[in-house]
Amino acid sequence: MKYLPLVLANLGRHKIRTVLTIASVTLALFLFASLRTVVTTLHANAQFGSARRLVTLNATGLVFVLPMAYANKIRALPGVESVSWANWFGGHYGDTKQFFAQFAVDAESYLAMYPEISLPEDQKQAFLHERTAAIIGKRLVDRYGWQVGQNVTLQGTIFPGDWTFTIRGVYTPTAPQIGDDVLLFHHEYLDERLGHAGIAGWFIVQIRDPGAAAAIAKAIDDQFRNSSAATKTGTEQAFQAGFATMLGNVSLLMGTIGTAVVFAILLVTANAMMMSARERTGEVAVMKTIGFSDRTLFGLVISEAGVIAGAGALLGLGAAKAFYRAINFNGFGFLPGFDITTGTLVMGGGIALLLMLASGLVPAARAARLPIVQALRRVE
Amino acid sequence: MALVEIRDVHKIFQRDTERIEVFTGLTLDVAEGSFTALMGPSGSGKSTLLNLLAGLDRPTSGIVRVAGSEVSAMTAAQLAPWRARHVGFVFQQLNLLPVLTAFQNVELPLLLTRLSKREREERVRIALGVVGLEDRMRHYPRQLSGGQEQRVAIARAIVGDPTLVLLDEPTGQLDAKSSREVLALLARLNSEFKKTIMIVTHDPHAAEQATTVLHLEKGTLIEKEAVAR
Repeated sequence: MKYLPLVLANLGRHKIRTVLTIASVTLALFLFASLRTVVTTLHANAQFGSARRLVTLNATGLVFVLPMAYANKIRALPGVESVSWANWFGGHYGDTKQFFAQFAVDAESYLAMYPEISLPEDQKQAFLHERTAAIIGKRLVDRYGWQVGQNVTLQGTIFPGDWTFTIRGVYTPTAPQIGDDVLLFHHEYLDERLGHAGIAGWFIVQIRDPGAAAAIAKAIDDQFRNSSAATKTGTEQAFQAGFATMLGNVSLLMGTIGTAVVFAILLVTANAMMMSARERTGEVAVMKTIGFSDRTLFGLVISEAGVIAGAGALLGLGAAKAFYRAINFNGFGFLPGFDITTGTLVMGGGIALLLMLASGLVPAARAARLPIVQALRRVE
Repeated sequence: MALVEIRDVHKIFQRDTERIEVFTGLTLDVAEGSFTALMGPSGSGKSTLLNLLAGLDRPTSGIVRVAGSEVSAMTAAQLAPWRARHVGFVFQQLNLLPVLTAFQNVELPLLLTRLSKREREERVRIALGVVGLEDRMRHYPRQLSGGQEQRVAIARAIVGDPTLVLLDEPTGQLDAKSSREVLALLARLNSEFKKTIMIVTHDPHAAEQATTVLHLEKGTLIEKEAVAR
């Protein structure tokens, strides 16, 4: 501790340079934390899903619908406990460009199947008993100031026209992957407006035994194999993992960018430390003359690198954690549960440590090995 | 009694292909409590001798002994604490760390000791008091005159109560008035505080303050004279 004023005084020698170096480390670690959290959130979301829930899609693709009549046939299969269904709505609210997801769901079976969607019982009942009712995540309340009882009109894109819903509840997701910026409304209302078209985007099938998932999925698909709309069924986790596979290159891209940024900042910091050490050749010689040992001088220079890396880490990682939490960031609905994890903070701290060693070792070793007489002669 | 014993010291520098013999068997004693001025033309080996005494450089052969310790045989790891304990060194320039105040500069050698903050502070105040700069302790080197800077450097050299105070042309960059002040201070340190002082100088006025004047020429001691103050 007695050397701290000396370390700080040396860092204060070129205040602007020190501040800029700390700022670059701060930015690097902020970016690292952000990019890594995109990856961890994508992976966490890919892992989400109950092993007891299967998802049945149109085998041709997600955008193709299935006949609602399939629900009864699926329900009749052995091992199936219940069936629900949903449709992607894709509406806009007013002239806002902000995106949020809306799903038309078979309300009663859907809420029973997703206990992660938590809302007060009275609100749930109000929703279930009103055909044009909707429930929303808390984020939409914060974003638009909507209140329970308010009518909200969306402009349909896939299903054209104005769609007015009455908000009857505000849910809180108990799993972040559910997302808190979703509007759920009755599939029945959608079906009615579509002239009882009898279509569903996908089915969610709750099974009794997760061990039988593969057999039940095969049974479902076999049943519709030769129909006009063949199905593709898998566990909800596999369904989410499919998205993760699609996003695999995004993860790689994020990782590559993160590494490149940290490496670039390492060079900047190392250069600043080298310059700082070179400028003090004479002073290091004077300190050695006074009796400072090679080890002490090594420690002092490394400590300077440590203060820079430490301050940068504290600011960068702290700012990332505080910033994303303060704005309740969820990647415009694509990254629900986005939060800087402890693992990311620890990894950021590790990078700061490596940064300290990589940028401080060479100038510290140089200072320690500096021959006094040669150094004095060089500066005279 | 000799505080410094130099026995048959050879010092050879190799500069590219050129071999420069600075000392070829120098033998010398420096008494404890003396004030020795080392004089001689440039390249005569004055500064090299000072560097050998402080353990900043090693002789090619021979023995350098200070206060009973064979400096020439010590490792780098042994020399650092030895210097901290036994040597106070003042250079002609670049003495002070510009980012530290006068107080912090003087405190530097004490950071290497086990003294408490309060003890360090007390000693720094005393040292700055001795050189007459107690009122400048919060000033940075850029806020001090050349003479004041050298006095701070002297305060730093004596704050640890070293066995030997070595000064390499301490008045070389100073005007006449500052030079006189520094020399008077050194004389006082020698007479009043009984410090053993060795000073390298070209300045005959500086030599007048010494009790002994050594003349070096091409690494050879050509004259040793005792001076009556």
